[in-house]
Amino acid sequence: MARVVVDVMLKPEILDPQGKAVHGALNRLGFAGVNQVRQGKRFEIELDGDVDDARLSEVHAFAEQLLSNPVIEDYTVRVEGDARTGEAGLERAADGAER
Amino acid sequence: MKVGVVTFPGSLDDHDAMRAVRLAGGEPVSLWHGDRDLKGVDAVVLPGGFSYGDYLRVGAIARFAPVMTEVIEAADRGMPVLGICNGFQILCESHLLPGALVRNDRQRFVCRDQRLRIENSQTAWTSAYFPGQEVTLVIKNGEGGYVADDKTLDRLEGEGRVLARYLDVNPNGSLRDIAGVCNEKGNVVGLMPHPEHAVDELCGAGTDGLGFFSSVLPAAVAH
Repeated sequence: MARVVVDVMLKPEILDPQGKAVHGALNRLGFAGVNQVRQGKRFEIELDGDVDDARLSEVHAFAEQLLSNPVIEDYTVRVEGDARTGEAGLERAADGAER
Repeated sequence: MKVGVVTFPGSLDDHDAMRAVRLAGGEPVSLWHGDRDLKGVDAVVLPGGFSYGDYLRVGAIARFAPVMTEVIEAADRGMPVLGICNGFQILCESHLLPGALVRNDRQRFVCRDQRLRIENSQTAWTSAYFPGQEVTLVIKNGEGGYVADDKTLDRLEGEGRVLARYLDVNPNGSLRDIAGVCNEKGNVVGLMPHPEHAVDELCGAGTDGLGFFSSVLPAAVAH
């Protein structure tokens, strides 16, 4: 089983009021030095079998047709290895260390 | 004259739209999002609300509802289609209209009476107005900011496809104060304010909205 991650972000020229609101909250909480916050969406998609070029172009097709609106958003696609290792695992470790 | 009004899960204004059709002298027909059937209607209204809970993006899931396949085909053949608020968002997601609607610039849901100018009174849905007529309708949206790239905006302006513009205050950050646009043929119209809430003196913002529904009756006959 393969995991594909699609990140969708508003294009830079589109105003992001949600990101602005988060940025304002960070300032109020006293986190200094934050220049800008942009909020997007992350889709974790599990596919049967391995990811070949054909499957990947399918992912691009639905990322463009459904997951994003090309008028206002850009998307990126990346393939992850086993979900128990790699980036996801590192994020959990970092969480634990902070607590 | 049959005017269909589509109900999606989360539609709010379908009954108001049907009432507006009736007050204008048409016969409202309820259409269901899950049916691939327009029940022989002559025009279609996509009403306001929060179809599919606004999940993913406003209008993004509704665009793939079975009934939309039929609406898109009918619109391409010239059938009058009006999208109000969430309906406008669905029409943009369906690529029947250019551009997109994004979250209001001031980050708040807006609900109040809004003055507009009807810029194009030659579409299927605005022929009852005179050019440049100023009207007051209700506006209520959280994601009503109309955006498109400059090239698209210039083309819309050049072709007279900016249907209506906000007056006094721009309520949501829409580029060039755009409140509504139409397609090339003028049969597909998207409007952020709600004409169906301005059809009765007793409640709402006067009767300025009735013209949208009376406009379409002869237009639908011609179609």
